[in-house]
Amino acid sequence: MADCVRFDGVWKSYDPDRPVLRDLTLALPAGATTAIVGESGSGKTTLLQLVNAVEAPDRGEVRVFDEPIPPDRVAFRRQIGYSVQGAGLFPHMTNGENVTLLARLEGWEHAAIRRRLETLLEQMGLSPDVADRFPAELSGGQQQRVGLCRALMLKPRLLLLDEPFSAVDPITRVGLHERFRHVQVHEGVSTLLVTHDMREAVKLATTLVILRDGEIAQAGPVADVLAYPASEYVSELLQGQLG
Amino acid sequence: MLPEKHLLRCLLGLMLWLPATWVYADAVQVGSKNFNESYILAEIIAQRLEAAGLDVERRYGLGGTLICFEALQAGEIDLYVEYTGTLSQVVLGTPDVNGVSALDALIAERGLMLLAPLGFNNTYAIAVPRALAVEKGLKRIGDLAAHPELRVVVSHEFLEREDGWRGLARAYGLGTEVKGIEHGLAYQAMQAGSIQVTDAYSTDGELEQYDLVILDDDQGYFPEYLAVPLARRTLPAVAVDALSALSGTIDDRQMQTMNARVVFGGLSFAEVANDFLVARNLAPERSSGSTMLTDLRRNTAQHLKLTGAALLTAVLVGIGVSLVVFRAPLASRAVIYFCGLLQTVPSIALLALLIPVLGIGVAPAILALFLYSLLPILRNTITALTTIDPTLVRVAIAMGLSRRQQLRYVYLPLSLPSMFAGIRTAAVISIGTATLAAFIGAGGLGDPIVTGLALNDVGLILQGAVPAALLAVVTELVFEALERWLIPGHLR
Repeated sequence: MADCVRFDGVWKSYDPDRPVLRDLTLALPAGATTAIVGESGSGKTTLLQLVNAVEAPDRGEVRVFDEPIPPDRVAFRRQIGYSVQGAGLFPHMTNGENVTLLARLEGWEHAAIRRRLETLLEQMGLSPDVADRFPAELSGGQQQRVGLCRALMLKPRLLLLDEPFSAVDPITRVGLHERFRHVQVHEGVSTLLVTHDMREAVKLATTLVILRDGEIAQAGPVADVLAYPASEYVSELLQGQLG
Repeated sequence: MLPEKHLLRCLLGLMLWLPATWVYADAVQVGSKNFNESYILAEIIAQRLEAAGLDVERRYGLGGTLICFEALQAGEIDLYVEYTGTLSQVVLGTPDVNGVSALDALIAERGLMLLAPLGFNNTYAIAVPRALAVEKGLKRIGDLAAHPELRVVVSHEFLEREDGWRGLARAYGLGTEVKGIEHGLAYQAMQAGSIQVTDAYSTDGELEQYDLVILDDDQGYFPEYLAVPLARRTLPAVAVDALSALSGTIDDRQMQTMNARVVFGGLSFAEVANDFLVARNLAPERSSGSTMLTDLRRNTAQHLKLTGAALLTAVLVGIGVSLVVFRAPLASRAVIYFCGLLQTVPSIALLALLIPVLGIGVAPAILALFLYSLLPILRNTITALTTIDPTLVRVAIAMGLSRRQQLRYVYLPLSLPSMFAGIRTAAVISIGTATLAAFIGAGGLGDPIVTGLALNDVGLILQGAVPAALLAVVTELVFEALERWLIPGHLR
């Protein structure tokens, strides 16, 4: 299977003395979910921001679906779904307006927007009347689902998730995981999931990337990483979180 | 609802709030300074011109000599009554030139002319309470030199002008410490005992009323101050003819009486002026029906016009500038500091500073109000734009909104409540500050306040102050209602 994202010798720093990512070389499989795991400050969010060109690498190259990142960043980003911790829904728009904003800007037919919205809400287990309410009227878990609907609205080939499940309680999180897995398979969208929760990573992803201080501690299929930790650090991380 | 509809409604609301009419008339513009006598003389001129069949617009209460003269030169007014001494010393800076014809020749090149003097000489005088004069043996101005303990408080203009206190103190060797006060308040303060010596005009109606005596100017320091209509040479011949009938008709005593009838008799300028003209067969009798309501309506409309125009401009410019600078922290801070600096300029000083640039009247008043309205709008807008939840900004960028779309769908709607609060503050500030616009002839609810100050008439002051305060309250309420209508509950 082709790669969805490739990093080639990528360096990135905000402070010249302390690179956030060091010489990162990595290929992530298309059509599947890759979990990027690491402690705070390990560079996982920066890695995600390099993919949708919110940040540019200091050195090296990032390729998405085997293409270099095009100059028209706005159009490029619209091909990539994005969802964050806490959902980041715009509070002045209804949930429906949040989800359909990009489709309206892209000039979709009204009926097509309506259909897509209904499908997504149903897939995420949200009742249709959620669309007419405002984000503040929903629970955290529901907001997070609306956030995922918004990320998926334009049928992106690639989905970037920045700890989208970490701000909800454990029971809600399990429900969200189920919904997400269902939709991911159904839509066939390549997914990069940034998380610090190893359980979540193992449960949702087929590929695991473990970052430590801006470098790859280990990367590979989940089963391989679990069976053959590459270092003391990785095995401690796995044991600490998975028991 | 889409956010752009919020903005449209916001603008629509503001425009509805703006009074619609701007009236201009092709009439003779008669000006006056902001003291009693100047109003009466202006009104005599106005009614005389009306009797001759001319349309007249009254631009009274202009804040001081220089404002009047600038206004005349700029063509904002066609004539006002000036005093020869003031003209030669203060305006032209030629204290040696005396006499009407010499002055007339001097101002001809500026396109101005002096008409025939009205008759009286209203020179400056130094007044003290009679009891004090007796007690200290004060007869001449020079006698003050022996009493440096006396509290000398003079009008601001007298304090500043070259032929005022400074020159007087030099001529008579007076070393007394001196302070400034609004002329209209001086007599009251004198009666209360907080002032012992002040400047007066020799035709003031108060001299008799408060039992004051004028100290003898035995060195002849004060020049002649003959009252003369000062006009643009473009004044129509028919107007010049009509005014020639006023030549030499008012002597010192008559002027004192007219002043007293307004200040103490409670008559309006128009009534006193009309009585004078009717007695000389120079104008028909006018019904003196109450004009309070018409005045109130006109002043309120003018007040709203001034604040509305200033506010609308400030909203457009303030939000526009905010949108340009808010992404650059340094520029944002510079803009806010600059506007803060403007805010510290006293409003009356700002108005005066604008006169050489824009003359008097509506334009400088609107500009000044605009400048004062900018700060609250800019500060609130920039603060709102720069403190939006960073997660929302990150999402807006990452999901693929262009910069313009980020503004339209995220920044602007989320800043709306704060922006609106800034506009509301600006509106209330404008309504308060606009009362000062009357000093430069822009009218509004400051008109009765300025006149009331000149007359020391609390009732008249309240006729401007109370409606202005009510207007501020109503504006608060209107904006509150607008806010409820424009901004959805979950954003408030």
